[in-house]
Amino acid sequence: MPADQPRPLPAWEHFEHRADMGVAGFGASPAEAFEQAALALTAIICDPARVRPELAVAIDCEAPDLELLFVDWLNALVYEMAVRHLLFSRFRVRLEGSRLRGEAWGEPLDRVRHEPAVEVKGATYTALAVRQADDGTWSARCVVDV
Amino acid sequence: MDTQHLTQVTDTQWRLAPQGPMRVPGILFGSQALIRDMDDKVREQLANVASLPGIVQAAYAMPDAHWGYGFPIGGVAAFDPEEGGVVSGGGVGFDISCGVRTLHTGLDRAAILAVQQELADALYYRVPVGLGSTGGIRLDDREMDAMLAGGARWAVSRGFGRPEDLGRIEEGGRMAGADPKQVSDQAKRRQRDEMGTLGSGNHYLEVQEVTRIHDDAIAAAFGLELGAVLVSIHCGSRGLGHQIGTDYLKRMVLAASQHGIRLPDRELACAPLNSDLGRAYLGAMRAGINCALANRQIITHLARQVFREVLGVDPTLLYDVSHNTCKLEEHVVEGRRRQLYIHRKGATRAFGPGHPDLPESLRAVGQPVLIGGTMGTASYILAGTVQSQELAFNSACHGAGRALSRHAATRRWQGRAVQNELAQRGILVRSPSPRGMAEEAPGAYKDVSEVVAATDRAGLARLVARLEPLVCIKG
Repeated sequence: MPADQPRPLPAWEHFEHRADMGVAGFGASPAEAFEQAALALTAIICDPARVRPELAVAIDCEAPDLELLFVDWLNALVYEMAVRHLLFSRFRVRLEGSRLRGEAWGEPLDRVRHEPAVEVKGATYTALAVRQADDGTWSARCVVDV
Repeated sequence: MDTQHLTQVTDTQWRLAPQGPMRVPGILFGSQALIRDMDDKVREQLANVASLPGIVQAAYAMPDAHWGYGFPIGGVAAFDPEEGGVVSGGGVGFDISCGVRTLHTGLDRAAILAVQQELADALYYRVPVGLGSTGGIRLDDREMDAMLAGGARWAVSRGFGRPEDLGRIEEGGRMAGADPKQVSDQAKRRQRDEMGTLGSGNHYLEVQEVTRIHDDAIAAAFGLELGAVLVSIHCGSRGLGHQIGTDYLKRMVLAASQHGIRLPDRELACAPLNSDLGRAYLGAMRAGINCALANRQIITHLARQVFREVLGVDPTLLYDVSHNTCKLEEHVVEGRRRQLYIHRKGATRAFGPGHPDLPESLRAVGQPVLIGGTMGTASYILAGTVQSQELAFNSACHGAGRALSRHAATRRWQGRAVQNELAQRGILVRSPSPRGMAEEAPGAYKDVSEVVAATDRAGLARLVARLEPLVCIKG
C-alpha cells in the first residue's frame, strides 16, 4: 500500500528481508500495534485463520523502553509456542510503563491442519522500531530469525 | 552492492577503507558478480562490525555473505581480549553452532537407486523433522547439564555413535569451557524434547552422490570417490541455542553503556571478553555448541539405524563443521602469535594442512570444509588451506545464501510442484510442509557453484568434490 494512503487499522504485514522475515503491526496505540505484530508472527508459521483461540496463556514482560519491550513480547510468544507446542491467533496487550501484561489465545499445534511452514527462532533487534506516525497511528516492527 | 565504495585488491578480494567509527578496514571476498549481487546492507553491517572495540586486522565477508542481523551472514571477525575486545551474541547468532556433518556410506548410486523410495521414507519416518516434531529422548536436569558439558562425547557415552566418531568432529566432539549454569532454565526447557531433531527452514538430511572430483589427492585422503554416496546433516542447537541468543542479546544491549560500548546497531550487542557478562556468554554459548554437536550425533545414530536396516551398512563419519560460533584460537598477526576470539557467523572454520588442532589422519591435507547447497543443486566439499590463515583467520564460506526472500519464493513456486519436479530429476524430497518446500526452492538460493569457485580462487579453501542429492529430508 502506498505510504500516503491511510491504512485501515488495525493491520499487520510482513516486510522483506532476504534471509529472514520482517513482522510489522499497526494500530491506534502501541498495545494494538504489538497485538497485530503478533499475528504477523503467527502468519510466518501458518495461516492464523486456521488457529482456534481455545486456550489462553498469560505473558508478562518488562524492559526499559518500548522497542525492547516489543522484542520481549515477540520472544515470549516464541518461547510459549516452543515449550507448550501451541500456535496463537488472538492477542491482548496492556502496557503499563515499562511493563507488558498480555494474553495469547490459541491451540495445540496440529501438523496436518495447520501445515506449519517454518519455525521462528527468535525476534531480533534488526530493523526494530516502535513509532507514532504524524496521523497518530502506531507501528511496531522488527526482523525475526527463521 | 555498488562497488564504487570498494577498492579491488585481487579478482576475488575487495577492500572497504576505514571511515568514520571503523577501527579496521572491511575485506569482502567474491567475484565481481557475487559482490555486485550482495545487498548494500552487507557493507553497512561490515562497517558496523569494524567499529567494535578490540577488533583485529579487518572485518571479513565471505563470498556467500548476505544481510544478517548485526553481523552479516558470512561475517568473520577476530577480537583481542587484551585490547578491550568483545564477544557478540549477534556475531554468533541464534542458531549457535549450526553446522554440517557428512558421513561415508561405502555405497554407490546404483545401491541407493534400488531402494531409493524405501530409504527416503525410512529416513523421514525415523528422523524427527519440521516444526512441532519432538525427539524420543527426554533429558532430566542432570542429564541436560551433562549433555551441555559433554557435547558429542556425552552422546557417544550414552550409546549414540562410536568413540572413533569424536576425532572427526571439531574440538574432538566436546567444546571445552562450557558452563551449563550460565544457560537459563527457559533455554533448557525449550530443549527438553528437541534432542535429536532436525528443525525446519534450511535444515536437512541428504543422501548425496559424489558427481565430480576436483582434487584427486585430497579427495583420496578424505576417502571420496566418484560415484560414492554420502549422507549430510545440516542442523544446529535447536531451541536451546535460540533461547541463549535471545537471553544474552538483551543482557548485552542493556549492559552496553555500562561497559562504555556505543552500539551502531542494537543487534551488535556485545560485552567485553574480560567482563562477567562476556565470560557468562562464552560459557553459555559453548554449552550451545555442545548441544549442537550432541544433536548431530544423535541424528547420525538415527540415520545409521536406517542404513543398517535398509542397506546393511554402517556409515562412518567424514567430518563435522560448525558455522555459527565464537572460538578462542591462536593466530599470527604481523609476525606475533596472539590468542584471539574468532566470530564466524555463517562462516566455516577452515584449518589448513599442518594445523595442530587437526586429527593426525587429516593433518597432511587440511580440514574438510563442508558446504551445504540446496535440495535441487549441489553441495561441495573443500579443504582448508595454509594461506586462509592470513586471508581471513582460517575461514571459508558456509553455503549458497538466499537470493530471494521467503515471500518472493512462495509467490514464485508451489511446494508440491517443486517436489514433483525434483522427483522427475531423480531427487526424492520428503517434507512435512509444502510451503516450507516452496520457501526453500532451489531457485531461491544463489548459485552455490559460483560461491565455492570464488572461495577456491580466493584461496580461502580448496575445491575437492561436488555432491548432488538423491534423497532430501527437509524441515
